[in-house]
Amino acid sequence: MFIKCNDANHICDKNQYKEASLVEKIKLTIHILYCKACRKYSTNNGKLTKLVNDPKVISIDQSIKNTMKEELKKKMSEQ
Amino acid sequence: MSTNTIDPNTWVDKYSDYLFNYTIVRVDDKEIAQDLVQETFFAGLKSMKNFKGEASERTWLISILKRKIIDYYRKINSNKGKAEVRMNYINDGESEGDWLEERVSDPFDKNAESDIENTELGTAIFECIDKLPEKQANIFKMKTIQGFDTETICNEYGITSSNLWVIIHRARTAMAECLEKNWF
Repeated sequence: MFIKCNDANHICDKNQYKEASLVEKIKLTIHILYCKACRKYSTNNGKLTKLVNDPKVISIDQSIKNTMKEELKKKMSEQ
Repeated sequence: MSTNTIDPNTWVDKYSDYLFNYTIVRVDDKEIAQDLVQETFFAGLKSMKNFKGEASERTWLISILKRKIIDYYRKINSNKGKAEVRMNYINDGESEGDWLEERVSDPFDKNAESDIENTELGTAIFECIDKLPEKQANIFKMKTIQGFDTETICNEYGITSSNLWVIIHRARTAMAECLEKNWF
C-alpha cells in the first residue's frame, strides 16, 4: 500500500496522460496524504497539464511543417 | 562570451511552433500566421550574413517576425487593402441603427482578466520548452502537445518505455519550474 516517492512521481506523470490504473491512483492518493514533497509535485504537475491542454496552445500540423522545410531547403539551394 | 551560431535546417523543428503561437495572438488567423512564420524563415535565410551572434537565433527570428506582422497590418491598411474591407452590419430590422451600442462588449459577459492571461500562454509554454535539452523537448512535445502514444514515440527514438517516462518526468519538472517563474 505504501510506495516510494519515485514510484509516486511515476504514477503521477502517467496520470497526467490518463494512463494510470485505478490501483495506481489509489496508491498515489495514499502517498500524497502523508508526503508533502509529492503533494507539491502533484499540484504543479496538474497545473502544467491544465496549461498545455489549453486550446490556445497550438502547434502547426506536421504536414505543413514538412512543406515549410522543403520550401526553406529550396530557397537555401537557390542562394 | 560564446557567440550564437545559426542553422536554418533546424528552424522549422525548433521555432515554428513558438513563432506560430506568437503570431496567432497578434493576427488571429491560422493561415495568415503560418504564412508569416514561413516568410520570417525566408527573410531570415536572406539576411543570415547579418546575424552577428549577439542574440540567440530565436530572439533574432522574433525580431524579424515582429517586422513581418507590422508589414502585414500596413498592407491591409493601405488604400488597396482598405477598399477590400467589408462591413458586416447585421441588418435584421430590430437592431437597426445601433452601431456602437451593439459593438460594445458586455462587461459582465466575459472575464477580461482571464482573457488577457490566456493570450500569451502559448508563447510562454513554447519558450519554456525551448529551454529544455533538445531530445527532452521533442519527446515532451510529441507526448503532451501532439498526443502521440507512448509506443510510437519509443519506436521513433529507440528507447524503452521506462526510459521515456524518465525523460517525461525530467521535462515536466523543468517545465513546471520554468512556468512557475513566468506564469503560475
